[in-house]
Amino acid sequence: MRRLFRFLALTVIVLLAGCGKPDFSDAEKKTIASLSLNTLPPLKPDTTNRFADVPAAAALGSTLFFDVGLSRDGTVSCSTCHKIDRQFQDDLPQAVGVGRTNRRTMPLAGVARDPWFFWDGRRDSLWAQALTPLENPLEQAGNRTAYAHYMKARFGERYERIFGPLPDFSGIPLNASPLGTDTEKAAWNAMSGAQRDAINGVYANIGKAIAAFERSIEPGPTRFDRFALDLATGAEPKGDAVFSREEILGLKLFIGKGNCVTCHNGPRFTDNGFHNTGVPPAADLPPDRGRVDAVAQVEADPFNCFGAYRDGEASACGELRFMVKDAPELVRAYKTPSLRGAAARPPYMHAGQFSSLDEVVAHYAKAAPSVEGTSEIHPLRLSDRERAALVAFLKTLAE
Amino acid sequence: MASLWRYLLAGLGLAAVLAGILVAVYLTAPRSAQPVGPDVSRTKKTDNGLYVASFVPERGVVRQGELESWVLTLKTKTGASVERAAIAISGGMPQHNHGLPTSPQATDYLGEGRYRIEGLKFTMSGWWQLRFAISSGAGSDTVLFNVVL
Ligand code: HEC
Ligand code: HEC
Repeated sequence: MRRLFRFLALTVIVLLAGCGKPDFSDAEKKTIASLSLNTLPPLKPDTTNRFADVPAAAALGSTLFFDVGLSRDGTVSCSTCHKIDRQFQDDLPQAVGVGRTNRRTMPLAGVARDPWFFWDGRRDSLWAQALTPLENPLEQAGNRTAYAHYMKARFGERYERIFGPLPDFSGIPLNASPLGTDTEKAAWNAMSGAQRDAINGVYANIGKAIAAFERSIEPGPTRFDRFALDLATGAEPKGDAVFSREEILGLKLFIGKGNCVTCHNGPRFTDNGFHNTGVPPAADLPPDRGRVDAVAQVEADPFNCFGAYRDGEASACGELRFMVKDAPELVRAYKTPSLRGAAARPPYMHAGQFSSLDEVVAHYAKAAPSVEGTSEIHPLRLSDRERAALVAFLKTLAE
Repeated sequence: MASLWRYLLAGLGLAAVLAGILVAVYLTAPRSAQPVGPDVSRTKKTDNGLYVASFVPERGVVRQGELESWVLTLKTKTGASVERAAIAISGGMPQHNHGLPTSPQATDYLGEGRYRIEGLKFTMSGWWQLRFAISSGAGSDTVLFNVVL
């Protein structure tokens, strides 16, 4: 009898001790595995840019990305804001180029996998995206014909080896663009259709070279990925792959009660979609309505997938073709950002509204209504310990 | 003294039995206790019974996060193929109060009452709904399919 009791007592102790170990349900394990970087599929070819995987184009693109010569006053390059040693962003609430912009610089890891670009998705390819800051008066502030002249003067031979002969530049004004100052616009309109098309072609190729370079910017494995791999294979986690109790709680909240994984899903922690999450507007900035205003812009872009500068077949244009054009949920909807590396690069959100992850988590817990449109976020009852745990988990994605 | 021990042991024994019951319940209960899911059948009668519709992914499998084509097959009550139907598609995720992330369209008639529905994209796992408004010579009707990922 004694022995039986002793045995029972021992079982109780063993059972109680077992509760402290990370214990995930099969469904949780499946979700965790789906977030792990090893499930990231290989980058798909971009048939709209036939230079996307041409090494010489990527090399030229890398030169251009860091070249301040590609700006009106020779002081700004892509890398002014997308800093290579800062996850290709700049740590500012709003980016500063030739002037101060209204949005936060987006980090670029894995960007070539996205269907839409910018916080509001107003461009539909990586190469069309690259053409936008070049002519934005607050960013690089240059103009189309000046860039084409610059390419010929500075990179003529390299350009022609990749893209074929440059067009005839006789009679092409030094400064002209459909988007520039009034004089630049007038100069653009005075050009012949063939001249405009030729310059647009050179301009599109600048974007295609830069995009080829950007395809190499990919996220790297983090502590979370080492943890997830061990969990999937059943190996005993070692070294920094061991998660603390707090980190495990944070992970469980992220994929469970917090609902974070509904939008921040897959190995990049993004659904590539647009959502109104009730983020308040930043003070002193002009009204920003997000995705709803981007629809017309991407449709009007001459460099979009339906335009004349796309390579390959129009069958690659599914995203643009089946884009949601008018729905109430597009109001103040912004692109779901990847959360990889986020802990190491405050501030957060499309205009740097929050300066820490604590503020971000507090925002999700409170779920304040949106200033316009309807927020998809519902209030969460989170204890202080649970909030800290969510932040601790997010940090494992940046270590 | 001895009786105290006996009580203690008896207490422990009871606790062990209780723990055992708890463990048994925990182990046998379905892990992610989900409420009874929505009807996910791929073939349905339309709401007013005008058609029988079936809706399947063209490539057989559903891949999250990618543009996909599905095939909607329309037959009349008597089993005849429905041709030249006009089809409008809407939907969303009822538990997240948002609509579809894309606007799918019927892009092609494949014969035998089969229509290609292009531009579908399921951006997250969970319960999706797709609503079809169908009209043809046989009349107008609607049908709702649930897709759970
Ligand atoms: C003045 C700072 C600045 C410069 C210069 C700049 N960017 Fe950006 N970049 C930003 C900001 C800010 C955003 C988000 C803007 C928005 O949503 O309106 C952005 C967005 C992007 C995106 C979209 C990322 C995503 O996830 O959607 C890409 C790609 C990008 N930039 C590449 C470039 C390239 C290539 C260049 C050079 C040709 C460049 N940027 C020049 C600040 C800058
Ligand atoms: C309905 C979709 C959705 C859900 C659910 C969601 N997010 Fe987000 N998340 C977004 C969007 C969209 C943004 C960008 C919003 C903006 O800039 O206005 C964002 C931004 C963020 C950022 C800032 C990243 C950056 O680079 O600025 C963090 C961190 C974050 N979310 C964490 C979480 C956590 C933690 C949860 C769960 C508590 C969560 N999210 C739930 C869609 C969502």
